[in-house]
Amino acid sequence: MPEDLINSFMTGPDENGRFGDFGGRFVSETLMPLILELEQQYERAKTDDSFWAEMHDLWTHYVGRPSPLYHAERLTEHLGGAKVYMKRDELNHTGAHKINNVLGQIILARRMGKSRIIAETGAGQHGVATATVCAKFGLKCVVYMGAHDVERQAPNVFRMKLLGAEVIPVTSGRGTLKDAMNDALRDWVTNVRDTFYCIGTVAGPHPYPAMVRDFQAIIGKEAKEQMQAAEGRLPDTIIAAIGGGSNAMGLFYPFLDDSEVSIIGVEAGGKGVNEKMEHCASLTGGRPGVLHGNRTYLLQDDDGQILEGFSISAGLDYPGIGPEHSWLHDIGRAQYVSITDVEALEAFQLCCEKEGIIPALEPSHALAHVMKIAPDLPKDHIICMNMCGRGDKDIFTVARHLNFDMTGPEGRNVS
Amino acid sequence: MTRIDAKFAALKAEGKTAFVSYVMAGDPDYETSLEIVRALPGAGVDIIELGLPFTDPMADGPTIQLAGQRALEGGMTLNRTLDLARTFRQEDDTTPIVLMGYYNPIYSHGVEAFLTAAKEAGIDGLIVVDLPPEEDDELCLPAQAAGLNFIRLATPTTDDTRLPAVLQNTSGFVYYVSITGITGAAEAEATDVAPDVARIKAATDLPVVVGFGINTPEKAAAVGAVADGVVVGSAIVSKIGAGNTVADVSAFVKSLSDGAHSA
Repeated sequence: MPEDLINSFMTGPDENGRFGDFGGRFVSETLMPLILELEQQYERAKTDDSFWAEMHDLWTHYVGRPSPLYHAERLTEHLGGAKVYMKRDELNHTGAHKINNVLGQIILARRMGKSRIIAETGAGQHGVATATVCAKFGLKCVVYMGAHDVERQAPNVFRMKLLGAEVIPVTSGRGTLKDAMNDALRDWVTNVRDTFYCIGTVAGPHPYPAMVRDFQAIIGKEAKEQMQAAEGRLPDTIIAAIGGGSNAMGLFYPFLDDSEVSIIGVEAGGKGVNEKMEHCASLTGGRPGVLHGNRTYLLQDDDGQILEGFSISAGLDYPGIGPEHSWLHDIGRAQYVSITDVEALEAFQLCCEKEGIIPALEPSHALAHVMKIAPDLPKDHIICMNMCGRGDKDIFTVARHLNFDMTGPEGRNVS
Repeated sequence: MTRIDAKFAALKAEGKTAFVSYVMAGDPDYETSLEIVRALPGAGVDIIELGLPFTDPMADGPTIQLAGQRALEGGMTLNRTLDLARTFRQEDDTTPIVLMGYYNPIYSHGVEAFLTAAKEAGIDGLIVVDLPPEEDDELCLPAQAAGLNFIRLATPTTDDTRLPAVLQNTSGFVYYVSITGITGAAEAEATDVAPDVARIKAATDLPVVVGFGINTPEKAAAVGAVADGVVVGSAIVSKIGAGNTVADVSAFVKSLSDGAHSA
């Protein structure tokens, strides 16, 4: 469809949960009545002022919103081109954007009378956010986490346990994030009456992609207002990292109809987007398929078998991507690029050194792309990147990659 | 009339309950799997459900997931699965084969090309777990147009308001999932299943076959007494997974089919 025939990019999904050809409700019959009920309840809550009043109250007093919009002066100076702003969602309670969405889903679960919350988690950020909000409301919380991730993200596993959640290491399949999602779906199929499945990203069957986006859109709404206040105009470019794509969708959505704003999503390129498939770049290195309830771009082989993603960042380690991103990619409203592990690590260190901010490895991917394009852009070009998580959880991984031994009492550089 | 329709007509004439068995294509390897499938009709199997391996079988328990992994590791693909059916068909032109799996390998292959190949290979029906009635345009309607049955799952969460939608484009038979849960997990109880089967039969003329949670000859007999047929999957697949010989697997299947047929 020619772009001038589309009135708005913000009307999706349609009544079947489709963004163009993507999205949908590809779930077993057992779950179908549950997601239809969820859709009904969400539609009701969406237009209910008391629902949003509760959200805003908690966002303000529990999460610490609005998150600041920060002019990264020394980074801007270092790059020597475009003016770089960071939307500081890493300052949220629990250290990432994940809690924006969890609050919305848990308030909804409470309204639906559900007493047991299940979630999947990769790096553990969504699991921690879910465990946190469940603790606050006294709800039973079960988190499915790939056995491999349980090992490499031990601090987050302990956090979840402190918060009262049961963490179930997933050994089925290859024990990764996608397998954790499979097992969460299996749990939901088994415990249909009392359980609410709190999905951590803009994927899954309708209405999850739209609902999670709506909860995360607070990021973009705030950024828009804050940018108006700081610069009197909109940014020229907005950039965010993408695994499933929830922080990116949250930043992008309120800007979709502002045609002067260019939108860039950054996928995890792992060791490089090539035929060896050691990456998580579903859009740049995958093709459309059906998994976890939706049609979207997937990493898969010629037979339609799903491949494992590969990335230094456990939070981006997913072979799919939210269906709305697939649609934005196909219609060309957003541009999608990839950044390798090595590039992300460089950005991670630069951000520490120049701004005194230890970023998570996920937004380090977005920052690495900023580093690539900012030097060649004019000084009056404004970039807003989403600093969607802080890096405390990643220091062990980074130390390993930088050959820094943290096991000794002093720590020592072994390189 | 497909082989499935013909089979149920014949069973009905004999007053017999259908015994349906599930095995994963290519588990533990192509040749053994073909031998097992060839032995099924002789072991009393009325309808063969042939599992199409997939990396992410979200509605299945560990038994069937592991079977899929074994098959995939042995190089099984959609095309090889159809080869297996085609080879079986050369010797047996009456036992219906229902291909059961997930949508992505089919979607990846291309729906039209898949349907042509499946029909030609002698597949009679499809059960695709992640295609509810809401997605009928994807495969269900094209499959019916191509002359394949599209067998739908009804579940304990399928209430009376939803049941007509589930039955609308279903053909061959209705597969009632006896439990809320995954394959091979909980045990079905005939007393729980009977009212649901009756509820579905009141709404359709199609045979109602019950699966999930049936793992012994006694259970097959008990559930078979309240339905038009029973499906056993995980219990057979776990025998195959434990490395039993084709003869041992057949003997176990025979005990199950005897149970079902005694109903």
